[in-house]
Amino acid sequence: MKKETGTGKIDVTICTGTTCYVMGASDLLTLEETLPEKILNRVNITGTTCLNLCKNKEDKPPFVMVNEKIISKANLESVKKAIQQELSGEKNANAE
Amino acid sequence: MLTLNNQSNYIRKELMIKLLKSFFEGKLEQEIDRIPIDMNPKDSSTYRCCIYKDRAMIRYRIMALLGVSIEKEDNEYKPLKEYLNEALDRKNIDRPVMTVLDTACSSCRKVAYTITDACRGCLARPCSTNCPFGAISFINGHAQIDSDLCRNCGKCKDLCPFNAIIHTPVPCEESCPVGAVSRDDHGRMCIDYEKCISCGRCGRSCPFGAVMERSQIIDVASHIKNGTQLTAILAPSVIGQFPGSLKQTIAAVKAAGFNVLLDVADGAETTAKLEAEEFTEQQAEGKLLATSCCPAWVEAAEKHIDKMRDFVSSTKTPMYYTAETAKKLYPYNKIVFIGPCTAKKNEALRDSSVDYVLNFEELGAFFIARGIDVNDCSEKEFDNNTAGFQARAFAAAGGVAAAVESNLDAEVRKVFKPFGVDGLSRKNINLLKTAAAGKLPYNMIEVMSCEGGCICGPGVISNPKIVKKKLDKYKEETA
Ligand code: FES
Repeated sequence: MKKETGTGKIDVTICTGTTCYVMGASDLLTLEETLPEKILNRVNITGTTCLNLCKNKEDKPPFVMVNEKIISKANLESVKKAIQQELSGEKNANAE
Repeated sequence: MLTLNNQSNYIRKELMIKLLKSFFEGKLEQEIDRIPIDMNPKDSSTYRCCIYKDRAMIRYRIMALLGVSIEKEDNEYKPLKEYLNEALDRKNIDRPVMTVLDTACSSCRKVAYTITDACRGCLARPCSTNCPFGAISFINGHAQIDSDLCRNCGKCKDLCPFNAIIHTPVPCEESCPVGAVSRDDHGRMCIDYEKCISCGRCGRSCPFGAVMERSQIIDVASHIKNGTQLTAILAPSVIGQFPGSLKQTIAAVKAAGFNVLLDVADGAETTAKLEAEEFTEQQAEGKLLATSCCPAWVEAAEKHIDKMRDFVSSTKTPMYYTAETAKKLYPYNKIVFIGPCTAKKNEALRDSSVDYVLNFEELGAFFIARGIDVNDCSEKEFDNNTAGFQARAFAAAGGVAAAVESNLDAEVRKVFKPFGVDGLSRKNINLLKTAAAGKLPYNMIEVMSCEGGCICGPGVISNPKIVKKKLDKYKEETA
């Protein structure tokens, strides 16, 4: 699915179900404070209850979704990187 | 100190969840000896030299989680199953609170200073000329430290004009505020329990996870399974430790298998009231009063600051008063304190006010193992009075002094001069020695062993920034 550029923001969904929370999601809730304003304006950060990803044994919590992309064992750095990737992806799409 | 979330504590949490889940499913006895292998199957990537060492480490971590004191009992032939059965049979918890996984200890270098390749072998050689112990010599034009002579004074590092000497601390030793950590002949960490105050810092600072708390999860889990009536008493710092509301957490704790749930913030109100009375008396005699709710601090004062003993309040802790209520209300229940603290385990053994102590991380493992999501729980209330904000604020640095102050008579309040010691660092221990000698212009000293207060304790789950936000919100709601 192609995101609308310019108007559309990148959706960052942080799972705060109990499994994700216990395994480290509380750090992720500080994401907003750690992003530079330039990027902050382009993301839409929300929390969600259990995404049911923790029921799957293969992947490890905490989970974060950046648009459609699932990040497992997420930490602030991996989430930031995924946001960057999405942003540059958008730029490329724009240029086309 | 390491960050709250790191690979070492991730593995610990994973293991805890595995153990509990398998225990409640009735499969732990069969499965326990397979866990080290399942966690590190053939061809998996390794943290250490090989998967066999990784497996051995998982084995030791499981032992610590079963409550084994590894220094005392380390039989490599003994299957984990036997340790499990011993844990299930034991009736009482014993000391010490911490245990060292000496095989995990990487035997950090004894000498904390390293001369790097940046050394130019200069003519002036301020390092060797000024070393008070004659520990530096030059080999092939390169400075070298003799580890037998070096006493880690650090002078060489300060003097080197090329910044060629670096300080490589030993994290456990560095973190211990009372000098209880040393190394044996092999360079491995050992704890002098005569000096140890059970603050839990070493456990949180070791990058190899070589120091762990001896957990009581199995003891509590087996009571739950056997249908023992349990009263959980929940530390004020629980706020913000789990998603959802405090009332949902209450419901989740009950769902995890605790029959009665009391708010320790209620006991904190008693502590604040009695400490205020005590302050008034001490003040009349011109004496100092130091808070007594932090058990690591009380132990530090007793063991390491001679003159402080007379000034530490004799008022008991919020845990103690809440346990008293628990005994009155439900005399036949076992009492489990749940909080952020390592030293509480020691306090519980000292005054036998409670039967077991769990931390929030362990409580979280119970939730996950039992398939409880706090977000899905409908709200419940504590079985005692839920205290107001003031008592709950005990959990953050500055909170105790503020609660005591609000309990003082107006006249006494005017002369109340509190001073907060936020974190028992070595520096602060020295400061407290000065205070004990009467050399500081304050009459009330609040001491928290953990920097930031209980919300930053070794057993917390939540980032303290998030907790602060929730605490502020709670303040608004209860105002
Ligand atoms: S708690 Fe996050 S996916 Fe289930």
